[in-house]
Amino acid sequence: MKQLMKGNNALAEAAVRAGCRLFAGYPITPQSEILEYLSWRLPQAGGEFVQTESELAGINMIIGGAAAGQRVMTSSSGPGFSLKQEGISYLASIELPAVIVDVARFGIGLGDVTVGQGDYFQTTKGGGHGGYFIPVYAPSSIQENADFVVKAFETAEKYRTPVIVLSDASIGQMCGSVELPEQQYPKRDRFDWALGADGDRPPMGRKMTDRMYTDFAYEEYVPHICSRYNEMKENEQLWEEVQAEDAEVLLVSYGISSRICKEAVKIGRSLGLKLGLIRPMTVWPFPVKAFRKYNGKVKGYLAVEMIPIPQMIEDVYLAAHGAAPVYAMPTGREIASSEDIIENVKAILNGTKEVY
Amino acid sequence: MTKEFVFAGFGGQGVLTAGMILAYSGAAKNLDVTWIPSYGSEMRGGTANCTVKLGDEEVASPFPKAPDVLIAMNEPALLKFMPIVKPGGSIIINSSIVKTVPEPAGVKVYSVPANDIAADCKNERSANLCALGAAIAAAGDLLTLEDVEKGLCGYLAKIKNNESNIAVLKAGYRAVSESA
Repeated sequence: MKQLMKGNNALAEAAVRAGCRLFAGYPITPQSEILEYLSWRLPQAGGEFVQTESELAGINMIIGGAAAGQRVMTSSSGPGFSLKQEGISYLASIELPAVIVDVARFGIGLGDVTVGQGDYFQTTKGGGHGGYFIPVYAPSSIQENADFVVKAFETAEKYRTPVIVLSDASIGQMCGSVELPEQQYPKRDRFDWALGADGDRPPMGRKMTDRMYTDFAYEEYVPHICSRYNEMKENEQLWEEVQAEDAEVLLVSYGISSRICKEAVKIGRSLGLKLGLIRPMTVWPFPVKAFRKYNGKVKGYLAVEMIPIPQMIEDVYLAAHGAAPVYAMPTGREIASSEDIIENVKAILNGTKEVY
Repeated sequence: MTKEFVFAGFGGQGVLTAGMILAYSGAAKNLDVTWIPSYGSEMRGGTANCTVKLGDEEVASPFPKAPDVLIAMNEPALLKFMPIVKPGGSIIINSSIVKTVPEPAGVKVYSVPANDIAADCKNERSANLCALGAAIAAAGDLLTLEDVEKGLCGYLAKIKNNESNIAVLKAGYRAVSESA
């Protein structure tokens, strides 16, 4: 049965139901409700909640919890999320499953607490050092805030990788109907790689370290990394299509902006425009498989993102593979409007909009 | 079908709560629901509004666009949102406070003296519930008065006896349904 919840609270409750045993993090608007909620709910469910002295402590505690084979999570936004990047790189390097939530806010530096989509590059291109990639889920509703957290834990364990849930201030702060997932009780000793053990089994013969120096011969490292990321790229693309089959122009948009795009598709169709939408649900791996179906058929892709200088459009450009023109619609610090989207689509169709 | 409601007034009039009760009732009926607020930092005074969308299909944008029903609890709220009310839509005007009732073309206007009706029910602070009842009657689809009654009791479960709140909700409903 559905119930009404705030986006951040639904995300937090879903983490508890996924069997999260440790949350360690630091408050920052617009994600503080996640901490507020988990501060009472997680201990109630038998887990540990730690409000750490900083974001750095939060992400590093998560490394410890993940090494013990537990479902662990941290969350932040804006500058707080930047502080976690070194730890994320270490999680990727040690190959540990963990969920990191970014409730994106607007702007560079301190920015603003209002909604924005400026963390696309940071989350999808490796915000930390060394050239890792990690799966990034981009919810666009309260329901997906809940569903994608569960999915994130599963994907994290499937590949032993950190996974990001890239929510945003609108989805986090608004209320909506949600059907919460079932409670899971993951067994602590379900992994043969985890440190520590239940019962009599001593935690011997396992180590957790940067694989590069110890577990691999140097020449095995690169193929290992390549196969790891190629497998995720091949298997984990998720997207939604809205009236894409016969579309002349395909909007491409994720998160809060994609909801306005859905409204624009509806309005556009009622005006006789052949308009559709590809909504990436994973922004890494980017759903290039969706574009392969429409490359060469559509008159253009219009990338709609809430940011002054577009970012996702670079992935759209690569996915279009030269087989369809790509157009930009960055909406700055305003949420897109259906009218503007439709004007852009008309301009594409009559040839007056400049190709990106 | 989706229905869009904008509840607008000044801070302290309970417009966010009225919208929340509607959204809560919709979720309990398994509708797709969004509730998104907009308000200043003041607890009292200032402007406050929220947009609620209910759908038996997926709700796309959660932001105000073309409300089927505008609930205007004061004059600035009316002036701000009246121009975007959907043709064929409705405006509930709190005529206890708004003295000049406009007659926009293609839109039904219901004057509901919400503060006075609430006071008559000996529940002065519940003008918002009166307006909510009126909005349900004006919307006419997706949710019944009974659904919202249940939603109100669920959302305000910490109040053991919601009878006087329900009385105001019903009085607001009648103010519109019996005027038609």
